[in-house]
Amino acid sequence: MSIMTWTYIIVGLTFSVYLGIAWASRVADTKSFYVAGGGVPPLANGMATAADWMSAASFISMAGIISFSGYQGCIYLMGWTGGYVLLALLLAPYLRKFGKFTVPDFVGDRYYSDGARLVALVCAIFVSMTYVAGQMRGVGIVFSRFLEVDVNTGVVIGMVIVFLYACLGGMKGITWTQVSQYVILILAFTIPAAAISMKVTGSIIPQIGFGSTIASGPDAGQHLLQVLDKINVDLGFAAYTTAFGKGQKPMLDVFAITMCLMVGTAGLPHVIVRFYTVPSVRAARLSAGYALLFIALLYTTAPAVGAFARYNMVKSLNNVSLAEAPSWFKTWERTGLIAWMDKNNDGIIQYRAGAAFAGKPTFAAAPGADGRMVLTNKPTASENELYVDNDIMVLANPEIANLPAWVIALVAAGGLAAALSTASGLLLVVASSISHDLYYRIIDRQASEKKQLLLGRVMIGVAVLVAGYFGINPPGFVAQVVALAFGLAASSFFPVILLGIFWKRANKYGAIAGMSSGIGFTMLYIIQTKFMGVAPWFMGISPEGIGTVGMLINMVMTVIVSLSTAPPPVEIQELVENVRIPRGAGEATAH
Amino acid sequence: MDDKMRQYWSRNLRYMAMLLTVWALVGYVFSIFLVEPLNAFQLGGFPLGFWFAQQGSIYIFVCLIFAYYFLMQKLDKEFDVHE
Repeated sequence: MSIMTWTYIIVGLTFSVYLGIAWASRVADTKSFYVAGGGVPPLANGMATAADWMSAASFISMAGIISFSGYQGCIYLMGWTGGYVLLALLLAPYLRKFGKFTVPDFVGDRYYSDGARLVALVCAIFVSMTYVAGQMRGVGIVFSRFLEVDVNTGVVIGMVIVFLYACLGGMKGITWTQVSQYVILILAFTIPAAAISMKVTGSIIPQIGFGSTIASGPDAGQHLLQVLDKINVDLGFAAYTTAFGKGQKPMLDVFAITMCLMVGTAGLPHVIVRFYTVPSVRAARLSAGYALLFIALLYTTAPAVGAFARYNMVKSLNNVSLAEAPSWFKTWERTGLIAWMDKNNDGIIQYRAGAAFAGKPTFAAAPGADGRMVLTNKPTASENELYVDNDIMVLANPEIANLPAWVIALVAAGGLAAALSTASGLLLVVASSISHDLYYRIIDRQASEKKQLLLGRVMIGVAVLVAGYFGINPPGFVAQVVALAFGLAASSFFPVILLGIFWKRANKYGAIAGMSSGIGFTMLYIIQTKFMGVAPWFMGISPEGIGTVGMLINMVMTVIVSLSTAPPPVEIQELVENVRIPRGAGEATAH
Repeated sequence: MDDKMRQYWSRNLRYMAMLLTVWALVGYVFSIFLVEPLNAFQLGGFPLGFWFAQQGSIYIFVCLIFAYYFLMQKLDKEFDVHE
């Protein structure tokens, strides 16, 4: 069977599984709709959290980014895992004991203020919408690459699927589909990784192959990482394992970005809300452990895949003629993910440091004399002739390892599962912020259960439409605003929740002053450096890491303002004492 | 909060401080601040600092969460606040 047939079969099968699960877990009350009735077992919640967390970017792009950045790929590896330790130790158990539906619920109740609630819900919507636009685009791209349908058609198909299962089953439907999506995405990631590891190092476990010797060819017997160091230096890059080499970020910046991603992870509403869905405080602690374990399966495999892919790519494409290049080069050249511009007209592909040409590849309509594809981009002065997109390191893996067609189809289904699972979790946060936090908690406290549920469903529809619109017409700044999402989560939610649990004296004036100064500083800095071309002026920290500073500002302001105003009322102090003790968590409640 | 609960809470804080120290040590000290000196040592085919940054720290993060779970299980029972 052809790759295309396999892809249709496997993608079709997985989609019917998602819809089947949605039908089986359809819900009729708000508690099931917002927090899956608070009855999700820890193991399942761990899987769902992992699928929720790992987006199309983690699945498709991360290994490629690491393979180009070497050591500094650790920013993402640690930044997107270390936050779970903070979550498990500092936030999840207490938020579960508190037992409401959303993050703005906690902020509004703990700080006895609808102003604080409003700030929190605006942040939650902004952070989640930023994220979800990228996911919808991801769904479209996977469709277009594997099924040769238009990107926009792919986005629409993704919208319909997500709408159906999120609307029917709410959090309950989303949770159980995410469990199945995790299984698909982890198989789709690890099977090709194991095969590549076997091919390069002879070890079937990528995490071990990563530190092993190369199995065959001219470099046989040498450690993979040593060979990569040498390759990188020969081609004009910093050595692969070197920490702060030329053209790389300085130590302080690596620290600030890693910290910002960790703290931002712990403050992201779609991650936090997953811990409201488990039955007890004990289950919240345990499911954070499972979640990170399941995430670590992919996150420890990805850097190995990055290293194998870099070795394969340089060995098979550098200093060879087009005729000698492997067949996957020609397949993927058509998608524009890889391109060669013969700048010195010697008929040989040269891969070196620096960009080969300006921008993304654009191909001329007519092929060149020997049938090669001709680029119309403006060449750069560097010796490099090869353009390589991050994504190809994962997408072309099965072909590089000569795996059968069904594995390639599985990778397509895995990419879709990663994008859909993240999108659905985010959409629910957006919908619940509006229907629960804004409408029910602030506008109409008398709204009936039925009315709330209907509004929740309508809001999912609205959120899907908005996300789809941004997926079809991606604003040019999507990549920039991801920094904003983490920066905002780090400088708003994390400190406010943390102090709310661990410092009884924190009051509403402190929280509002802290949130607004933290967010204000972070937004100002990101807008200055990302959109207005100002050089990073605070200790050279990049906008991606500035949330760390915003978080500190938030904490300091909260403490100073709280201490200089009246302490919170007695019942709030009792609430804080109560969330610190596990017994009596019961089920999540609306009131 | 009575004395018993104050004791429970301070034990909890002590566990957290202990585990978060390990978290900061592997995630920031070994993987970022001391990565260059640690890279002088090899762990199999890995320079040690590089291994911490791309593999070791993640394994240890997972262990820390499970360690906290088991410590708190015991503590909750000891102070009779378990669910």
